Amino acid sequence: MPSLKDLRNRIASVKATQKITKAMQMVAAAKLRRAQTAAEAARPYAERMAEVLGNLASGVTIGPETPRLLAGTGSDKVQLLIVCTAERGLCGAFNSSISRLARDHANRLLAEGKTVKIICVGKKGYDILRRQFAENIIDLVDLRSVRQVGFEQADMIAQKVLGLFEAGEFDVATLFYAQFKSVISQIPTAQQILPAQIEASGTTAIYDYEPAEEEILATLLPRNFTVQIFRALLENAASEQGARMSSMDSATRNAGEMIKKQTMTYNRSRQAMITKELIEIISGAEAL
Amino acid sequence: MATLNFELVSPERVLFSGEVDAVVLPASEGDMTVLPGHAPLMTTLKTGFLVITTKVGNGRRVLVRGGFADINQSGLKVLAERAMPEEEITSEALDREILQAQMIYDASNDLSVKHAAEAALAQLQEAKEALSY
Repeated sequence: MPSLKDLRNRIASVKATQKITKAMQMVAAAKLRRAQTAAEAARPYAERMAEVLGNLASGVTIGPETPRLLAGTGSDKVQLLIVCTAERGLCGAFNSSISRLARDHANRLLAEGKTVKIICVGKKGYDILRRQFAENIIDLVDLRSVRQVGFEQADMIAQKVLGLFEAGEFDVATLFYAQFKSVISQIPTAQQILPAQIEASGTTAIYDYEPAEEEILATLLPRNFTVQIFRALLENAASEQGARMSSMDSATRNAGEMIKKQTMTYNRSRQAMITKELIEIISGAEAL
Repeated sequence: MATLNFELVSPERVLFSGEVDAVVLPASEGDMTVLPGHAPLMTTLKTGFLVITTKVGNGRRVLVRGGFADINQSGLKVLAERAMPEEEITSEALDREILQAQMIYDASNDLSVKHAAEAALAQLQEAKEALSY
């Protein structure tokens, strides 16, 4: 039976924790709104880009002239996984579910006898994947100092990955991130981004190209790649805040329940103590 | 009179969306004007001013840096890498852009990249001079 002082201390500490989780929840809610607007503002560009590429791709037949970003290297021996996670924890299963998806994917590829290389964006995914794939991780992109993900960060990552591709370091790249559905639901997603997956649109307009078709594709494909990464980063940012908000909400609720229970025990044992003292006094008086 | 459906988007936001009379594009192989009913065309853009005309004699200018234009039956779509409406251009912002173009110019050994950066630089400097009037 813990003493009254112990109980009091415990209640005070749970209350302090509850205050922290409550504050984190509110901060996450405010950040979520910003992240969501950023993700929504970026959506039209990505959509138009997909449309334009679709128009372009329907006019191009894949041949030896086609840029490798679209046609691929013709092999899938070396696979690159780009795993985007958060820089901070305390956001429920967000980091671990993305990492799990990436880990399963990597294990499957390894079982097929392929070479796996991993680039981690965000420290948390790195911490999780490091345990199993320490020798597969070739790079860690730290976005800790970045307050709001901008196009520059996406461009930096894209340039890095494209540099590796040009150097023939890998054949296929897959991007891992969490798609933002709602505050309570974020879907870990794997998306192949290199070679580019483009749906050809149905329009059969005969285009004039200025400069030549191949040249346009050569400038447009890297840009599309950057846009895809940018979108993933923004979705991820919104998902992270959503996950943090809902997990902090349930933490606050749990703390509330705990306080209620502890207070109940505290009051019970206080009452028991008083009753015991009274009995002692009364029985002492009777004995006289 | 027929109008042209025009959309201007940058990675961060949609800058313009609606019906216009004409748009002047800084296409990479020379400025061009797009009118309603233009033949399907795809072109890359260089640094320069894009002029949106919604009424005769009334143009809105937007500084774009690189990008892409797609003209088809449904209208004109411009995907700009960066875009700045005229109202938002300040000499500080231009200085930043100039610095960046300068860096690209200095960092590259590729002749075509150097050439493009040089042209961008000239265009930006011109914009800056126009601003100081």
